[in-house]
Amino acid sequence: MTPQRTGVIAGVGVASAALVWLLFFGLPRWYGSPATSAAAAAAPSAPAAAGRKIKARLFYVGDDGARLVGVERDVPFGEGTAQQAKEIISAQIAPAADPLVSAVPPGTSLRAVFVTEKGDAYVDLSREASAAHPGGSLNELLTVYTIVNAVTANLPAVTAVQLLIDGKPVETLAGHVDLRRPLEKNLAWVQ
Amino acid sequence: MCLAVLVLARSLASQAPSPLPLTVLAKDGRRAVPTASVNDQEFVALDDLAAAFQLAIHEESGAITITYKGKTIVVTPDQPLASVSGRLVSLPAPPARAGRRWLVPIEFISRALAVVYDVRLDLRKASHLLIVGDLRVPRITARYEPLGSAARLTIDATPRATSSVVQENDRITIKFDADALDAVDPQIPPPAAPSIVQAIRVLDPVTVSVELGPRFSAFRASTQQVDQTMRLVIDFLSPQSTTDAGTAPAAPSPTPELPPAFTQPTSAIRTVAIDAGHGGEDEGAKGAGGAKEKDLVLAVARRLKAAIEGRLGIRVLLTRDGDHNIAMDDRMALANNNKADLFISLHTNASLRHGASGATIYTAAFPRDAGSLVPPAPERLPTFGGGLRDIELVPWDLAQIRHIDQSASFAGILLEQLRGRVPLAARPVERAPLRILESANMPAVLVEMGFLTNPDQERKLVGNEFQTAFVQAVYDSVLKFRDALGAGGTR
Repeated sequence: MTPQRTGVIAGVGVASAALVWLLFFGLPRWYGSPATSAAAAAAPSAPAAAGRKIKARLFYVGDDGARLVGVERDVPFGEGTAQQAKEIISAQIAPAADPLVSAVPPGTSLRAVFVTEKGDAYVDLSREASAAHPGGSLNELLTVYTIVNAVTANLPAVTAVQLLIDGKPVETLAGHVDLRRPLEKNLAWVQ
Repeated sequence: MCLAVLVLARSLASQAPSPLPLTVLAKDGRRAVPTASVNDQEFVALDDLAAAFQLAIHEESGAITITYKGKTIVVTPDQPLASVSGRLVSLPAPPARAGRRWLVPIEFISRALAVVYDVRLDLRKASHLLIVGDLRVPRITARYEPLGSAARLTIDATPRATSSVVQENDRITIKFDADALDAVDPQIPPPAAPSIVQAIRVLDPVTVSVELGPRFSAFRASTQQVDQTMRLVIDFLSPQSTTDAGTAPAAPSPTPELPPAFTQPTSAIRTVAIDAGHGGEDEGAKGAGGAKEKDLVLAVARRLKAAIEGRLGIRVLLTRDGDHNIAMDDRMALANNNKADLFISLHTNASLRHGASGATIYTAAFPRDAGSLVPPAPERLPTFGGGLRDIELVPWDLAQIRHIDQSASFAGILLEQLRGRVPLAARPVERAPLRILESANMPAVLVEMGFLTNPDQERKLVGNEFQTAFVQAVYDSVLKFRDALGAGGTR
């Protein structure tokens, strides 16, 4: 076998390996599911600057049960609007310490956040936000406006928020509040 | 009470010899086009239509071609179809031959001719009218009611047309601001109280006359707009009723002989839709004692239906009458398609704070820019079969916007009726973007009757005392809302 022939065989082998990698690993990454790629683009996994915090106003159910109350909390800094929204919502839906009561059903997790150029934020929550909801118009309004107000009150670049469940638009969480379009900030639901 | 309902246009059909000619109304006058009856189907001769509408008719190879300004309609003798500028439309019967003439079903005018004709053609088959162009020809219906020693004549003009009422000796004339009336019968049978009113006639194309009887003393007229209808009510008084109404005796006056002119339930609320929230697998809120929202609201909805239908005579639709869930759009479709005049969605509330209590009435809320998406007026659009109609194109999800003020009015009435009868929340009326209300094409509210998460409220909500009080409050609210609508108070 001549050195030239050996080189050709080696070249073909490298090219074949590259093709296999492209077909089975490269393309799937580039053409992954839209939800995955959107979430990845919207909320890059760049970690928050270590230890850096911002002050954010989070919302919990007031003593009368009829309105929310705003509470100032330290929230990790996020680079960019989508990442900061992600940090705020993560803090908002975390289990509340006594005596605070959260209107967000327990077990709810944040799947992704996407912010459009227009200023609409799409907040994708896990199914518990709907499946574990105790119902009632008032309860549902407080749940929805906990998230909507947490994002819009702390991020001026966001003017409206639409909630998604498991990556999909939904009509309501529990049969009352219309979630088919982004909702604007509404502090009338805050004491 | 004897009630004579006179539908002027229809009385024409019942009295005049058959077949009736078609009256063609145009700006330059009116003319009659003969009709013929074949197998109970009304036909009109193509020759007559050709003369009236400048049509050219050509028969060749078994097909008849009707031409108007370069546009063609083709009909064939054996087929109940017409090709109108290449588009097929159906006819109720194939063309028929009468001697050397071809006859076509009268619907040919609205379904085929109106499509190619360059002026609006409005065929009113029931009254045998064909209106050419944008003439104002309101449909006129009259209802005469003897009321003891007095009598009342109610005339509805649709679409709305104003009128002037003048007494001339033994006659009262009602002249409408219109080009003609869809009430062409000159011989209206006399109503049932000849002593005050002897006859009602169409005097000329825009005037109705009332021939007065010997017992007539005075009259009073009033008008009201009801949707697209202008309603004129004329009360005819005899000397006896004039005395009763005109004097102010010191003694307690008897029950007025004449009821208020505009409190007829038919003019304001005919149908109420009651929506029992949730259902089936969607149980809604749940109380610690085991009460489920879906069951509670269904029980109250059924009681409301019985009360309103039984005592007010208003039709009540239940969006569900069993333990099954219905999609929100299907609930609203039931109300919208049945043209309900009021929509009430029943729910029970829940809170993470167990002390929260009381009823809350919700009306819809929309984004600030939503109003710009709703067209301010109906659009005139071509319809299947020809002709034009005013059609309201309202986005389904924004239908409630135009009714938001009346919804607020009803919420206010309901609040006053609930107050003192059932516990109210600290904020008893709220506006919120609630899914079920947004598509309601009528005044609509959602009522949270109380909190199932409050143990004391749960006990009360399932009890007969609370439900009876709640049902009575809603019943009274519907009654008051109906009266307010009838009096024009919430418009």
